[in-house]
Amino acid sequence: MILSVRDLRVSFRTNDGLVRAIDGVSFDLEESEILGVVGESGSGKTVSLLAVMGLITDPNADIEGSIRYKGRELVGLPARELRRLRGNEIAMIFQDPMTALTPVYTIGWQIAEQIRAHRNISKSKAMDRVEELLAEVNFPNPHEAMSRYPHQLSGGMRQRAVIAMALSCNPALLVADEPTTALDVTVQAGILDLVRKLRATHKSAVVFITHDMGVVSELADRVMVMYAGRVVERGSRAELFSDPRHPYTRALLGSIPPLTGEKPRRLPAIPGSPPSLLRLPQGCAFGPRCPVHYEPCATGKPDLEGDTHAAACFRVAQA
Amino acid sequence: MTDKDRPILETRSLGKRFSIGTRFSAEGKRTVHAVDNVSLTVWRGETVGLVGESGCGKSTLARCLVRLYDISDGELLFEGEDITSKSLSELRPLRRRLQMVFQDPSASLNPRRRVGDLVAEPLRIHSKLSSSEIKKRVAELFDLVGLLPDHVMRYPHEFSGGQRQRVGIARAIALNPDLVVLDEPVSALDVSVQAQIVNLLADLQEKLHLTYIFIAHDLSVVRQVSTRIAVMYLGSIVEEGPAEEVFAAPAHPYSQALISAVPVVETTPSGTRKRIILTGDVPSPLSPPSGCRIHPRCPIAAERCRSERPQLREYRPGRKVACHFPTV
Repeated sequence: MILSVRDLRVSFRTNDGLVRAIDGVSFDLEESEILGVVGESGSGKTVSLLAVMGLITDPNADIEGSIRYKGRELVGLPARELRRLRGNEIAMIFQDPMTALTPVYTIGWQIAEQIRAHRNISKSKAMDRVEELLAEVNFPNPHEAMSRYPHQLSGGMRQRAVIAMALSCNPALLVADEPTTALDVTVQAGILDLVRKLRATHKSAVVFITHDMGVVSELADRVMVMYAGRVVERGSRAELFSDPRHPYTRALLGSIPPLTGEKPRRLPAIPGSPPSLLRLPQGCAFGPRCPVHYEPCATGKPDLEGDTHAAACFRVAQA
Repeated sequence: MTDKDRPILETRSLGKRFSIGTRFSAEGKRTVHAVDNVSLTVWRGETVGLVGESGCGKSTLARCLVRLYDISDGELLFEGEDITSKSLSELRPLRRRLQMVFQDPSASLNPRRRVGDLVAEPLRIHSKLSSSEIKKRVAELFDLVGLLPDHVMRYPHEFSGGQRQRVGIARAIALNPDLVVLDEPVSALDVSVQAQIVNLLADLQEKLHLTYIFIAHDLSVVRQVSTRIAVMYLGSIVEEGPAEEVFAAPAHPYSQALISAVPVVETTPSGTRKRIILTGDVPSPLSPPSGCRIHPRCPIAAERCRSERPQLREYRPGRKVACHFPTV
């Protein structure tokens, strides 16, 4: 077991009241497994992973629950200890590669710095390693790329450089937050292939956050669907896509226009919009938009019911 | 409608050049051909989808079509009338018939004005309606796009992204336009809200007999809304045809790669779809490759592609392709 999260709760005290960004999230991750986390903006998918990385430093944030990495508790770990893990054993890739790279140093310099922060090796050795890494993420000319600045690279190339940086210390856990959202589909396909390849060669476990059901279905071994700070459904890829149980998962899959076959005249849309975390509805957060809600949904919050394939819905529990 | 046989909008070898740098910059003054030799015909009542990777010139083309940009080469015809070089004042009467919806509704709505006021603005400028008539029309428009009457007094920040895009759409249709250019209208929205806006656009098209030019990078959304699509690469159209036909059997290797790269939800185990990977990145439009502009990335490029640039030609009624070796 690489990662085990139990009943994670993250809330922020704001001027407008308490925002419960994460409300009881639990999941496990095995070695070389890819977990896809799907959700819309405000569903808590990013915040839950920032908590895992220990990157929530807001003094108004409260983090409760347990995050165990290889059996070691991360919640409450001093910043110094966390720093030793981050970038070394746990690496992260963000949506916008430009924010992860500094514009004033070359790609090679930045990756070498990362390696030297965690490994006691000489500068020239580090540079050799950088060249290897850039070759591994399919830079056509790695030696030349090392002396390039981020602005001289295309978006896809920049994201490859960030991935090379994330892999520099052979992380056991890789967290990717919408790494392909800002990229074109043709470039995205290449990055997804890369993530698959790296899982095979480095045996890293990957948490892949995205809003794109298509990406998840191509990449993930297991899937977790989030809505308003809670997990509404989890299961293996096959289970989730061939037998979606939660009305939100079903509706989300239904609202994607097909790429082949008959074109529906109208798309089955979900009414309304995702709720504000400041004004969450009583009971099930999806209730007001749900096509099959009934009395119990208005008062109680459903829990995840089921073993490997589970949905948090009273209707599903009843059936 | 009246004249079905006359195109509502037509471009003939349209081009848009930007000059960048000055004579003092390292490379000197240079020219980018953002849109190059585009001939596109748009018929009344249809939706033409423009697709392509970022930087392919689809947004620049859209802005040329509504004359937000001045046109460098070629001609632009609206209902047969040449509007390529009309002055701003000459264009004014046309503006009400040619409208645009932008990608980011929070950037295109003034945050300091009430949304009712924002929707009323085009009416105040272009129509001779009295203020009470304008009020009535705004209420009508709000109802049409699915906003509540009391939303009129709110400010843009009080709305969700989807509602804000509805305001943007209400503004665009306020003057009963004939043609609406939609530049990535659903890209900034949550997945669950996208479908609502796509449906709204379809309903409005039916009710108001609108013609759309629809730009999006999400190919499944483009297929859903478009009757015809045009695939662009480095400023030129490389394939054109009925949306469903092109998606089912793309003729150009670039379209094939683009469509095969879209991740789709498959309930059966993966591996049923064949993916064509394009190598490398889109080249800079500052120094486009010789011959066919895709040849350095094309899986089937031959000697001829390196030297001779293929022209867009009609190989079957309604289907056009610019390739020496199309799959037909």
